Amino acid sequence: MFELLGISPYGLFGQLLIGLINGSFYALLSLGLAVIFGLLNIINFTHGAQYMMGAFAAWMLLNYLGIGYWWALLIAPLVVAVIGVIIERLLLARLYHLDHLYGLLLTFGVGLVITGLFRNYYGSAGLPYPTPGGLTGGSDLGFMFVPTYRVWVIGLSLVVCFGTWALVEKTKLGAYLRATTENPVLVGAFGINVPRLITLTYGFGVWLAALAGVLAAPMYSINPNMGIDLMIVVFAVVVIGGMGSILGSIVTGFGLGLIEGLTKVFYPEASSTVIFVVMAIVLLVRPAGLFGRSG
Amino acid sequence: MTVAPAANFASRVRKSEADEQLHLRLIAAFTLLLVAAPFFVYPVFVMKFLCFALFALAFNLLLGFGGLLSFGHAAFFGSASYISAHAAKVWGLTPELAIIAGSATASVLGLIFGWLAIRRQGIYFAMITLALAQMIYFFALQARFTGGEDGIQAVPRGNLFGLIDIGSDFATYWLVLAIFLGGLVLIHRVIYSPFGQVLKAIRENEPRAISLGYNTDRYKLLVFVLSATISGVAGAAKAIVFQIASLTDVHWSMSGEVVLMTLVGGLGTVFGPIVGALVVVLMQSYLAHFGAWIVVIQGTIFVVVVMLFREGIVGVLARLARRTL
Repeated sequence: MFELLGISPYGLFGQLLIGLINGSFYALLSLGLAVIFGLLNIINFTHGAQYMMGAFAAWMLLNYLGIGYWWALLIAPLVVAVIGVIIERLLLARLYHLDHLYGLLLTFGVGLVITGLFRNYYGSAGLPYPTPGGLTGGSDLGFMFVPTYRVWVIGLSLVVCFGTWALVEKTKLGAYLRATTENPVLVGAFGINVPRLITLTYGFGVWLAALAGVLAAPMYSINPNMGIDLMIVVFAVVVIGGMGSILGSIVTGFGLGLIEGLTKVFYPEASSTVIFVVMAIVLLVRPAGLFGRSG
Repeated sequence: MTVAPAANFASRVRKSEADEQLHLRLIAAFTLLLVAAPFFVYPVFVMKFLCFALFALAFNLLLGFGGLLSFGHAAFFGSASYISAHAAKVWGLTPELAIIAGSATASVLGLIFGWLAIRRQGIYFAMITLALAQMIYFFALQARFTGGEDGIQAVPRGNLFGLIDIGSDFATYWLVLAIFLGGLVLIHRVIYSPFGQVLKAIRENEPRAISLGYNTDRYKLLVFVLSATISGVAGAAKAIVFQIASLTDVHWSMSGEVVLMTLVGGLGTVFGPIVGALVVVLMQSYLAHFGAWIVVIQGTIFVVVVMLFREGIVGVLARLARRTL
């Protein structure tokens, strides 16, 4: 069959695996955007920069403090999330009473500042990050080669995605969150500290982005621009999926990663634009997005 | 109760007419200034300012008066820049035809983008336009005729209408000035036309505009195409002036820059984008030796303006003068 199509199974499954990897990042990042959007009603244009900060934080921990991957996986996203919380308290919180456009413009500006600072100190060339011990190498399945680290990335992102789904849909905290999305004033009247809930939600969304950044560090070269191009693709993913449903974000993220991988096999020229084309088609057929409510 | 609103309305119409008179006088004064400018200032610098000012005016027409935030306007500016550069260099078209070819491309692109993007609102609109513009960026990166990282260089300025040699900066200046003034007057006219008033109504309260019987989608699409076309004129003129079209023109950071110009000058003001473009262009040339710090400075200005100075420069002036500017 593969001979008929003129491609090797190694090529096909290799690209599908890369597709799943990209899908993991799309899912983690679009989930973060959706969580933030649900409560704050702003689209976080700093998201790409925060993903990049996660990768850089892991690199700094290793090179300045000698702290390895496993601790970095724990510490780096938390540090970036704390910075995110400070941004929310200091800047974003003062804009909630205005048109949501200003939140977008503010986060865009903050993203520029962060990206520019990293570019000044670390240049635009990539920095290497070693694959953590225990996850090096891979196994040959006969029809494809599977690097261990990539399996770990896909596995962990699935766990985190479904963990987030469970947190929002199945816990009491999640119930507060959903209630606040519907009617913040009423939830506040019941004695829930809504501003704190909003701050924590923003922090959590940023944590997801930074976690994705740490996961990306050993696979891609770490550079200040790594986040922004990815973020624009994730925006398209969010438009396709709609931000109404968490499971929808996960499914859309992984699905589009796979579509992108397949495009790379059959029509590589279009691989960088296929997601945007899918977005255009979805807008024509289902303007609210695959899983979205109208709006 | 019935008389007061009518009187109020009449006084508002009078004020609006007085404002329009003031604007025409300001445009006349500004024209005199621009006619004198190339004798005192390096013409290429003024032309750069004029191209970006026209770009920002077009963007402000969409955001300030139509209420639509496009984060993909670089696609129109950049594609027009590429097409006019290609038309002038490879097809050998005269500059005015090259600019028309570039602007027409931007119109068509604007029609497609707008048709897709107006299906969603608010921040989705911004994300869709950004994503579509990124597609144009990738196209420009991969296509043969755009020259990849090099762009299209050494674009000939040629002879205007096949007759007038505009090889010198001084000669090109008058063409660019004419284009800019044409664009400014057109946009001013649109803002104060019945069409512009309906746009404002849609921006303020879309459901109400719909209930009054306006087909709001058609208005939004029309203003989007108009804005894209004028952005295209600006981009095409830029390609002829600098004799180059490059990836910078279609990059998302260009979309960000035009937002910044409009914001600094004053969102929804008539003259704000011109002032904003001047500030940003001056900043770029005076801070050029800071290199990558410019991005940090631009980001900081974004933050400061959004947090503390949302009216913009002209917005503040208009409040102090109690006029619409």
